[in-house]
Amino acid sequence: MTPIVDVQTKISLIRAKARAIRAHAITMVHEARQGHPGGDMSVTDILATLYFGVMRYDPKAPRAPGRDRLILSKGHASGALYSTLAEAGFLAVEALETYMRPLSMLNGHPNRNYVAGVEANTGPLGHGMPIAVGIAIAGKLDAAPYRVFVITGDGELQEGSNWEAAMTAGNRKLGNLTLIIDRNHLQQGARVAETNDLEPLADKFRAFNWEVVDVDGHDPAALLEAFGARDPGAKPLCVIAHTIKGKGISYMQDQVGWHHGAPSQAQWELALKELSAS
Amino acid sequence: MSAVEMDSRKNLFDCRDAFAATLAGVAEADPRVVVVVNDSVGSSKLVGFGKRWPDRIINVGIAEQTMVGVVSGLANGGKIPFVSAASCFLTGRALEQIKADVAYSNMNVKLVGQSPGVAYGELGPTHHSIEDFAWLRTLPNLAIVAPADPWETAEAVKAAAAHQGPVFLRISRFGVPNLPRPADAKFAIGKAEVLREGGDVAVIACGVMVTRALEAAETLAAEGVSARVINMASIAPLDETALRAAADLGAIVTVEEHSVRGGLGGAVAEFVVGYKPCPVKILGFPGFAPTGSVKFLFETFGLTAAGIVAAAQQAIEAKRP
Repeated sequence: MTPIVDVQTKISLIRAKARAIRAHAITMVHEARQGHPGGDMSVTDILATLYFGVMRYDPKAPRAPGRDRLILSKGHASGALYSTLAEAGFLAVEALETYMRPLSMLNGHPNRNYVAGVEANTGPLGHGMPIAVGIAIAGKLDAAPYRVFVITGDGELQEGSNWEAAMTAGNRKLGNLTLIIDRNHLQQGARVAETNDLEPLADKFRAFNWEVVDVDGHDPAALLEAFGARDPGAKPLCVIAHTIKGKGISYMQDQVGWHHGAPSQAQWELALKELSAS
Repeated sequence: MSAVEMDSRKNLFDCRDAFAATLAGVAEADPRVVVVVNDSVGSSKLVGFGKRWPDRIINVGIAEQTMVGVVSGLANGGKIPFVSAASCFLTGRALEQIKADVAYSNMNVKLVGQSPGVAYGELGPTHHSIEDFAWLRTLPNLAIVAPADPWETAEAVKAAAAHQGPVFLRISRFGVPNLPRPADAKFAIGKAEVLREGGDVAVIACGVMVTRALEAAETLAAEGVSARVINMASIAPLDETALRAAADLGAIVTVEEHSVRGGLGGAVAEFVVGYKPCPVKILGFPGFAPTGSVKFLFETFGLTAAGIVAAAQQAIEAKRP
């Protein structure tokens, strides 16, 4: 993509892309009659900021060795990821219509061998962090300038493998690694705090030798600032992105029942109306 | 315990030595080769590798899930990563990572399960790895290779490094001799090796059991029974040509340092019933092993030349008229 230097122009682009991504994703879930719309909506601004304001990539060379990498560890938010990759030019926007249809390359969870731009076959939780750590180690071994981003859910951090990987990243000073936690406070069945609480979350990562920043996960300006250039020899960066599950759709926001499910025709029409006004 | 103490025969080798020496050669030739371990440097005989290439041995500590995720990431970053860890922990603790991050993702990763089977003898079933073939054999894309001796171990390490895609290598520490082979012998993933021709029964073995199968064939020959000995080092993909020829003999014995369920014997039986059903006697461990040395456990469960001879005779008797 063409680098945009002016911050306001960049933010406008990110906001426009985020609107498009949310509209694609809710339509995909509506048409497929299944999906994970709550998480799609909460992670969208993070994905839009990364792909349209931060990361260096070429959709025509999706496996170029020097590309920045993004791993969506919360692979169930595939509607948002595929929509982002389509807006970024990795696949045709029309292909999104096939989401979860028989033999579609757009499986409910992403597959790197089906979809250009997908870096890891996520789905089972707690897999993205170790993979991202491995890529970051490879980057440091090669003194390569690329950055590695990994997005986890917050409930996902209940998986122990994340903490194994966090320990490894902290000890190895993987400054080329950035973790973004989509902190929407909801998991599939209940609030995270009522299930197995994560707090004090920032302190946990600091104790594992990470640098931690808290940001509004729906504010592109704040996200851009958090994702600023890193010294590869610095501590790994943990961005706790405070988000709202179902963001942008009134009846879905902060509702545990919308972890998965599909909107009715009327709900879908209302969602598109609300999203276009956002 | 040294290999010699474990077995009284002479010229016995611990295949980890061939693994470590060959890996060093592969790493010397290709800077993309790196190794990831879980505090298993010494048990993998990789102390020398670590001294020579300290940056290229990545010790994540006792964290198998992360270990396998990290190798998937290293492959994403253009490396040719080997994991080297005790097979019981590598395959058991990190099975979901092997499924999703390695096999389903079809990453160019080499998983090396060290000290498999009952190599940890008296340490018991938590440390035995007699389930690994069964767990891994269901995973598409993943080649599974259990070398039988130092030569084959070295060839398998080279082949794994050259292979584009995921490979599981099962490397034994129990002492084995170098097997008799022609000078122009070649190893290939997915290719079985007929070490002895025979027409009455096929004995299909892998890993440390191959040398026992050859001994059994000698005994059987003295009794007038002609046994074909097949080294089926590749559990996946299977050499179906060799299996069809084995089934054509009408009697098969399989022998492996693994559970009798779902391993080499299971793979052979699955194939044979779909081609030409014949008696298949499966030698292995029937359940969690009791306390005992490797040698004791092999003897207790008939994983010996005598046990193979008896199974071969039963298979021949059970042949259909």
